[in-house]
Amino acid sequence: MVHYPQWKAVLVLLACLAGMLYALPNMIPKSTLEQLPRWLPARQVSLGLDLRGGSHLLLEVDVNAVRTERLNSILDGVRTALRAAKGGYVNLGITGDAVTFKLRDPSERDTLLSTLQGVDNEAAVTMTPDGDGVVRLSELAVAARRKAAVEQSIEIVRRRIDETGTREPTIIRQGEDRILVQLPGVDDPERMKALLGKTAKLVFRLVDLRATPVELTSGRAPAGSEILFEESRQPGQPPVPMAIQRRVIVSGENLVDAQATFQNGEPVVSFKFDSIGARRFGDTTVENVGKPFAIVLDNKVISAPVVREPILGGSGVISGSFSVQSAQDLALLLRAGALPAPLTVVEERTVGPGLGADSIAAGVNASILGGVLVVGFMLVAYGLFGIFANIALFFNMVLIVALLSALGATLTLPGIAGMVLTMGMAVDANVLIYERMREEIRNGRSVIAAVDAGFQRAFATIIDSNLTHVIAGVLLFGLGSGPIRGFAVTLVIGIATSIFTAIMVTRLLIVRWLMWTRPKALPI
Amino acid sequence: MGGRRVGFAFSSALTLMAIFFFFHQGLAYGIDFKGGILMEVRAREGVADLALMRDKLGGLGLGEHDLQGFGQPSDAAIRIAQQPGGEAAQQRAVEKVRTALGPGFDYRRVEFVGPKIGDELVRAGIIAAVMALLGIMAYIWFRFEWQFALGGAATVFHDMITTVGLFSFTQMQFDLNTLAAILTIAGYSLNDTVVVYDRIREDLRKYKKMPLVELFNLALNETLSRTVLTSLTTMLALVALVMFGGEVISGFSIAMIWGVIVGTYSTCFISVPLLLYMNMRRQVEADDVQGSPAGGKTVP
Repeated sequence: MVHYPQWKAVLVLLACLAGMLYALPNMIPKSTLEQLPRWLPARQVSLGLDLRGGSHLLLEVDVNAVRTERLNSILDGVRTALRAAKGGYVNLGITGDAVTFKLRDPSERDTLLSTLQGVDNEAAVTMTPDGDGVVRLSELAVAARRKAAVEQSIEIVRRRIDETGTREPTIIRQGEDRILVQLPGVDDPERMKALLGKTAKLVFRLVDLRATPVELTSGRAPAGSEILFEESRQPGQPPVPMAIQRRVIVSGENLVDAQATFQNGEPVVSFKFDSIGARRFGDTTVENVGKPFAIVLDNKVISAPVVREPILGGSGVISGSFSVQSAQDLALLLRAGALPAPLTVVEERTVGPGLGADSIAAGVNASILGGVLVVGFMLVAYGLFGIFANIALFFNMVLIVALLSALGATLTLPGIAGMVLTMGMAVDANVLIYERMREEIRNGRSVIAAVDAGFQRAFATIIDSNLTHVIAGVLLFGLGSGPIRGFAVTLVIGIATSIFTAIMVTRLLIVRWLMWTRPKALPI
Repeated sequence: MGGRRVGFAFSSALTLMAIFFFFHQGLAYGIDFKGGILMEVRAREGVADLALMRDKLGGLGLGEHDLQGFGQPSDAAIRIAQQPGGEAAQQRAVEKVRTALGPGFDYRRVEFVGPKIGDELVRAGIIAAVMALLGIMAYIWFRFEWQFALGGAATVFHDMITTVGLFSFTQMQFDLNTLAAILTIAGYSLNDTVVVYDRIREDLRKYKKMPLVELFNLALNETLSRTVLTSLTTMLALVALVMFGGEVISGFSIAMIWGVIVGTYSTCFISVPLLLYMNMRRQVEADDVQGSPAGGKTVP
């Protein structure tokens, strides 16, 4: 029985209409779109970075640095505690993931144990009767720290990117310790990478004037200090070594503002401390007039000015060999805050806007040519029924675009390839149905019976053959790298819509045609 | 069906050759898998002077690198092998190239994949391919009988391996897009196979006495026009992609064209003939005897 209930026909027509309504915004320029009434769908397909240009960066948080830093602070704590308690020790150091040492006098074990347990409440202290001591961080504490470090990193990365004024960035956590950053339309990815790759730990420390020239050149520093380098102001000159006290006067956490300005025609960064920072900085400068202090960023000395008078107002400037851009960038980094752990860029994919535009053009051309070829082929192969199939194909494309727009899925270049490929394969369902009809006609069935059998029998086959394809598509999505995902999405959407259009729309058309013309033979 | 022995021989040879090439000369992995740097540049004015560029790059000490014209005369693609010294070293290399080439170029595309990511992508790729195979097998087993699942899996396996073989033989770039193509081929090839299997199942119920060889031939012939027509429309779409889709996805398109050809071939010469050796009929009849009204799992 060729039968197509009225309600079904209405539903199919409604679906096609809705498809056109949702696909339409893609044909209208954005400016016009904003003037349309609010109730009309106005979402366009969002284009992937490979089509509109931009940078995709995968950053990795160096979570091991978090542990190392923690172990170092435990090491310092143990040293201080043992000295304070006058306990003799040797071989204090970090072995693997623990701080180890050996007591000179094992009998002190019991008295020292309680002192050492106070060093860090997330670490466990064990000592053997021979006096071998191990301070180990609990795994739970390490894991919590890592998690916190990644979360904090995301926050800092977001602040830094927002400060640059990049529009619509995507910043998401990926896996355990990675951050995916997508920056549409960024034309200077190198600057972004430089900004994101800096830890930006700023500290103010005193210069150790006890260091002798021999110590400086040999890299050994007096106790309580370390050798750091200052970039020479004359280009081409080697960096200058300096002994810097380990004790931190004020760190970047106490900054409330930083701006790039000019002083004596040179770009500098002015900053403001909060009340704690201002007091500490004031106290230190009162005691150290005439002596130099160092402004250290990520273990590099930016500058080491001499304190001419106490700095009590809580603000100051950092001068150094800055360009306008680098002063701005430093101010930005200081405002946004320091990363808890270093970040490395482990993957980058940047597409310039020119290539993006070319790719869109290529995609459009390929779609048009593919469409024309397939439509022409179906016409030649099936005549009138080919027209029906082509109308279904048209709605198929409309529905894909509509779904992509409505779902907010991202269209990538492989996604366009997926659409072109879908055009080729979408007609498969029609071919299956039509071939079945031809066969039934050959077997001497009536027109109505042949049409009916064509749809009925082909149905299970269509479902089976397409579901296997969906499986492949879903796995592609799971494999999940940006553009490939885009391909998988359009492929799966395309399969779903093509089943709908090839079966429902074509059937609607053919049944209506049968009712109107009551043909004696099928033109197929 | 008559040509099945020739088909088997041909396919075995093809598969063996693919495996041989794969192990003998491997694949020309793109930076997605190998790690490394890819830069696509366009001269702001005139054509890209490849010789001059090559000189400039040669002095940078970047190790194994490669410069090629690409698309238009103003364009060039630079590939640089992974730099020793971790992720930061890759970045420095990109910087070096930018400085060496000077301001006369637009950087249309810069990609770099660090060593860790490359390894992960390889693993993810292998897992996806294996999962695809298993998932597809499970589905056919569920909808048909196990013989079909085995036949289908063998076909898909054949198509995937020979595609890999093609990329090994021609040393075309093997990257994520290629892998996507291979998985799509798996889906497409099975699409073909399932249509024929469907018909075989139908005919098995219809012609209970017909010898298997004859029956398979019948099913193949009944579906042949569809197989050919669909392959043709898909091929037309792919031709459009190769001609106008641009360089970025040409690898994908070429892989797919091969896939359509080999998929169509393998449907006729592997997936169906293989069923002959798996004691088909008794299973289906057994299903029918205990079967539900619709005759087992099919809805004819």
